[in-house]
Amino acid sequence: MKISTFTFPRGIHPHDHKRQTDFKPTEKILPAVGELMTCPMVQHLGAPCEPVVAAGESVLLGQKVGDSDKPMSAPVHASVSGVVKEIRTALTPTGITCKAVVIENDGLDNPFTRTANAPTPSRKETLSLIREAGVVGLGGAGFPTHIKLNPPPGKIVKHVIVNGSECEPYLTTDHRAMLEDAERLISGLKIILTLFDDATGIIAVENNKQNAIDELARHIRNESSIQIARVITKYPQGAEKQLIYALTKREVPSGGLPADVGCVVCNVDTVIAIERAVHRKRSLVRRIVTVAGGVVKNPGNYEVRLGMSYRSLVDRIGGFTQEPYKLVSGGPMMGVAMYTLDVPVTKTSSALLCFTKAEANFPPERDCIRCGRCVDHCPARLMPLVLNQNVIYGEDEEFIKNHGLDCIECGSCSFVCPSKRYLAQSIRAARRTALAARKR
Amino acid sequence: MDNRYLVTSTPHILSDDTIEKIMRDVLIALTPSAIMAVYYFGLKALGLIVLTVAACVGFEYLYFRLTKRPNTITDLSAVVTGVLLAFNLPPTAPFWMAIVGAFVAIVITKQLFGGLGQNFMNPALAARAFLMAAYTPQMASTWTTASPFGFDAVATATPLSIIKEDPGYILSSNDVLNALLGNTAGCIGETCALALIAGGIYLLARKIISWRVPATYIGTVFILSTVLGRNGFMTGAGWYEILAGGLMMGAFFMATDYATSPVNDWGKIIMGVGCGILTVVIRNYGGYPEGVSYSILIMNLFVPLLDKYCAARVFGTKKAGQKL
Repeated sequence: MKISTFTFPRGIHPHDHKRQTDFKPTEKILPAVGELMTCPMVQHLGAPCEPVVAAGESVLLGQKVGDSDKPMSAPVHASVSGVVKEIRTALTPTGITCKAVVIENDGLDNPFTRTANAPTPSRKETLSLIREAGVVGLGGAGFPTHIKLNPPPGKIVKHVIVNGSECEPYLTTDHRAMLEDAERLISGLKIILTLFDDATGIIAVENNKQNAIDELARHIRNESSIQIARVITKYPQGAEKQLIYALTKREVPSGGLPADVGCVVCNVDTVIAIERAVHRKRSLVRRIVTVAGGVVKNPGNYEVRLGMSYRSLVDRIGGFTQEPYKLVSGGPMMGVAMYTLDVPVTKTSSALLCFTKAEANFPPERDCIRCGRCVDHCPARLMPLVLNQNVIYGEDEEFIKNHGLDCIECGSCSFVCPSKRYLAQSIRAARRTALAARKR
Repeated sequence: MDNRYLVTSTPHILSDDTIEKIMRDVLIALTPSAIMAVYYFGLKALGLIVLTVAACVGFEYLYFRLTKRPNTITDLSAVVTGVLLAFNLPPTAPFWMAIVGAFVAIVITKQLFGGLGQNFMNPALAARAFLMAAYTPQMASTWTTASPFGFDAVATATPLSIIKEDPGYILSSNDVLNALLGNTAGCIGETCALALIAGGIYLLARKIISWRVPATYIGTVFILSTVLGRNGFMTGAGWYEILAGGLMMGAFFMATDYATSPVNDWGKIIMGVGCGILTVVIRNYGGYPEGVSYSILIMNLFVPLLDKYCAARVFGTKKAGQKL
């Protein structure tokens, strides 16, 4: 089988730091008996869920504990069987606080059984199974999958792209999943393909994961509608719009959706979660988390029940060799810095990075020397140095006129800046403010 | 709370590039030319380089002290300006001119307009232009030949003034070779084209500069000076014109100056072509034999416009701003 190589223009080449974890098989970490699992009602983009259980109630593994009647939302499930201890306000790794259902694990893992569907579910049934299982984009954004897979009428999806170009440094969860769960990934992709007429599946894998490409190639030998695309190792190769451009040479229009150019992009773990949801009626209650960084004693990939706290995860895998200087939930380019480990693993927790002072080096901002590197590397072809000035001078209209809203917040500009200017930081802040004002 | 962790916005990792590393690379790229300057013009050249650098660093330091600004003297940018200014002085320049030039470059052109990255003209070239206007006899009328370590230097004219005065002058292959090797009259750093090209290639390889300015600048001068020959259509000696005078230094080290060149790809191309056209026009039709410094200074003034109007099409948009 011929595998072609693709890429997008611009972007950056940070050290990938993946050798720390990419060779280690995923380890399962089960919560201790009596451990408290915190299930926040916000683990996705869209409307928050409301608890559907009350304190004192017994719940089963995979039973729904939170849901919303808004279309743009995804339910939350119990990741253990046990008793609901309380419903309280909790902090999530992204820094927001929301309602959360706290469940005491009874260690029995008594499963919740959903009524079985017809053996071959219809399109509508499939989407409903995905929604009921609480599947959201596990790459980090948490976009509800049943909405992504149900584009507005009139949009014809030709390509279903599985995003295996895990381009964030340190992260290897998708890499390990492609190696260990290739078969399930392929059947998950086939489920998605049944939702669209004449769509083909493309699994895009960065060329620093050759063993994953080989493994997948072995599994799709007899699949005519699925191909593998090798993409160049470069950040942000896995950004949705950049990946679509690399594979199809089509640009998602400003403010538009992938479906506008006939594409749907799903992360590897998400596709596997879809397979579990549709074929095995399993709710999304676990995810793989890369734990890495200079202070972690046993870096690796760990399959964790959602709601387990980062602190308990760290304790279970041997703790730290020294006190961390910075904690990041997610990748080092787009993840969120945390001030505490006492937050639960959620659906979008792709990694826990624990950095030494040297790794988290954060030098002071200096004067712009106009070297133009931010312009040369911006995958959205913006001029970060100009947008940064717009933000500093409070020129909101200029910021929008200069396409500040088209920023994908990848952070490439800040990464390459020799003056260490807070380019992405300032642009993100202004962008979020402008978007919030627009909604109002 | 037992531990305090650093919390910042993304990204959490940064490249290890710094201003100092960039400036250091520029200095490395200038080293071959400095060696050739000393080889051809002797200790006088060495003295001019050392003095100009010292004066530039000194003025910058004094400026920070007097204005009570954070001292960023260690970023090496004043050293780069000093070397480039020295390279733009004739071997006969009196030492005091180096100090006057350093003052104009650092205090007036760079710091008074906001310091590093904010100056609208290349400091070294602005200083050179000032010295040319204020001290024309010392800057532009006495030239000496290059000779090993400057021992046997005698008065002569620069290659470009020779062909300007006498358009019928017939170039020998020796003239071209001497311009390449630097064995000719001129400012101390500009004569050896080979050393400057080597430095330019280093900067390109280290990705400090883009090919767009130097390639279009040199290419435009080559084509235009061939076509608009000094003896009529298609009589020009393009090869000689790109090696003689200050073109190589201008194209690789001056027109690529970050603060005073465009940040966009097309802006850089227009900058290079514009510099090339102006250089040939000044050389062939203007009052001066050489036009590199004025052409770059003029194009410097267009940089804000080029930045604004040469911006790349933003991903997912059409040129006029409407939706795809």
